[in-house]
Amino acid sequence: MIKSPLSCQNLSFDYPQQRVLDNISIDCFPEQFIGLIGPNGAGKSTLLKLLLGLLEPTSGKVQLNEKPLEDFARREIAQHISLVPQDLAIDYAFTVQEIVAMGRNPYLGAYQSESQQDQQIIEQALLRTDLSDLGERKADQLSGGERQRVFIARALAQQASILLLDEPTASLDLCHQFDLMTLIRNLTNENHLSIAAIHDLQLASRFCDRLILLYQGTIVADGSPAEVICEENLYRYFNIEAKITQDASIEGLRIDVLRSTGV
Amino acid sequence: MNRTALVFLILTGGLIFSLFAGLLLGPAEIAISQIPEFLLHPLISDTASHTTSASPWQSSVLWDIRLPRLIVGALAGSCLAICGAVMQGMFRNPLASPSILGVSSGASLGAVIAIYLGLASVSVWALPLFAFIGAGLTLFLIYRISSQRGHAVIGTLLLAGVAMAAFNSALSSLILALSLDSWGVGQMIIYWTMGGLDGRTWDHVFLILPPALLGISLLLLFSRPLDALLLGETHASSVGVDVARTRLYLLLITSCLVGAAISVCGGVSFIGLVVPHIMRLVLGPHHRYLLPASALGGALCLVSADLFLRTLSPEQAIPLGVVTAAFGAPFFLFLLVRKRWSMSL
Repeated sequence: MIKSPLSCQNLSFDYPQQRVLDNISIDCFPEQFIGLIGPNGAGKSTLLKLLLGLLEPTSGKVQLNEKPLEDFARREIAQHISLVPQDLAIDYAFTVQEIVAMGRNPYLGAYQSESQQDQQIIEQALLRTDLSDLGERKADQLSGGERQRVFIARALAQQASILLLDEPTASLDLCHQFDLMTLIRNLTNENHLSIAAIHDLQLASRFCDRLILLYQGTIVADGSPAEVICEENLYRYFNIEAKITQDASIEGLRIDVLRSTGV
Repeated sequence: MNRTALVFLILTGGLIFSLFAGLLLGPAEIAISQIPEFLLHPLISDTASHTTSASPWQSSVLWDIRLPRLIVGALAGSCLAICGAVMQGMFRNPLASPSILGVSSGASLGAVIAIYLGLASVSVWALPLFAFIGAGLTLFLIYRISSQRGHAVIGTLLLAGVAMAAFNSALSSLILALSLDSWGVGQMIIYWTMGGLDGRTWDHVFLILPPALLGISLLLLFSRPLDALLLGETHASSVGVDVARTRLYLLLITSCLVGAAISVCGGVSFIGLVVPHIMRLVLGPHHRYLLPASALGGALCLVSADLFLRTLSPEQAIPLGVVTAAFGAPFFLFLLVRKRWSMSL
């Protein structure tokens, strides 16, 4: 049986007087690109934070390589899981190369500087994300799309086998959305596990091989894109009437929104 | 030569020069050529005192007055400036400085109490001890108030710090008002709160040397986590920084350093705010350069400021805090204006 690199059992999380996630259980497997979908406030970002150990669950547990996440030190978690955060403001004049190099932090001692090997890993990450020419550029002068790629490159330099992404396409134009999702898809095929909170259902259906639909803190559907994105689910959980057609030319679903049924 | 190396060369050169000038300048005239001889005098006097021409009083001016004063100034300046750099990074806030958390004012309050109770004239260790206690208590209180389940909430921490600073200053003023009846005590408190290095002895050196060396080397260990923290807590955690623990360690180390610095040089302001800003402007945000450069720059600034006021008015003691603030504040304003121009606002 294949080991699950990341899983959670009966995970719940409360903010004071508000349950955000209720009894979530997920098993993830290598080479899966999982899309977390759901309307605003469904708990997608919170789930990602719990999976990375940034928040402490009210009940239930997260397991990394089938061991409780709390048994790992922060550095060890960072060697297994990397996060591309949603809030990407960079107010300080670090160069692209320097930010990507931070991905090597979990492997370096306090007084240790990057070795030749670390440098190669950083260059590879820059190359992979098409940033080699921008290495010396100050990161506060980059466009949204470039910045997003910088954080993907940093995650690559971290050499973690699990990649968590919070709304990775949110600030990108169509072309960059497509390129980014292709990049994540290709990475996933190289024995990574990727989990992305994502709003664009069409992109999700095309690139992910598994979708988990969250609604008011619970999982209401979990399966292939075709199973999860159906007209009934869109009506019930997204408050839209839509027409869904299988589109062979894009190997995905086409979603035509007919009308909103209000919140 | 690259820019970073040049900056370090200038800072080190400047510091050596100002230390040397500090040995040379003063009411007692000592020629440059005599300095090595007089400095070595106590070390060789047992065996060779009858052959050297050094008069004991010149040697003792160097050893007992000028040297401890310079060392105390350099170490206190380093501590204040590196703490400012760490706090600005840790809180991602350009306004952060040792005074923002109320730690400085806590140390001051402790010192003022020691003077008021007359303990400061009984033992040279009483004032520093009280300053440490004041700094430590303030930190403990604001940390307890602002932390939930071991995590300090930054906004609350800063607000609690500002409130504690106001409270500590109010108490200090109250004690000052109460002590105005006795002219000597009141004067001592006022001079102390304005900062200065007059009459610093080897006791003061031994008091600040261990915490300064230990604290500064520990802070240098945090360059990477501080860099990562500049991009936000989530980012830092995701590259393996234990944010809550890192922040707690940094708070503890910086309060010890600030307490130590304030206890030996009094209320010297602006070094902790201005020096890190200047260094960040020339070196960029990287803490592996910024922290040591701030430590060197802080030492250079405080020693030069002290030197300046000693040459300007050797008779009438102008408080050191007045010089650092009088030069620091306009220079800081100049930097702000320049930054606005360069951002073409």
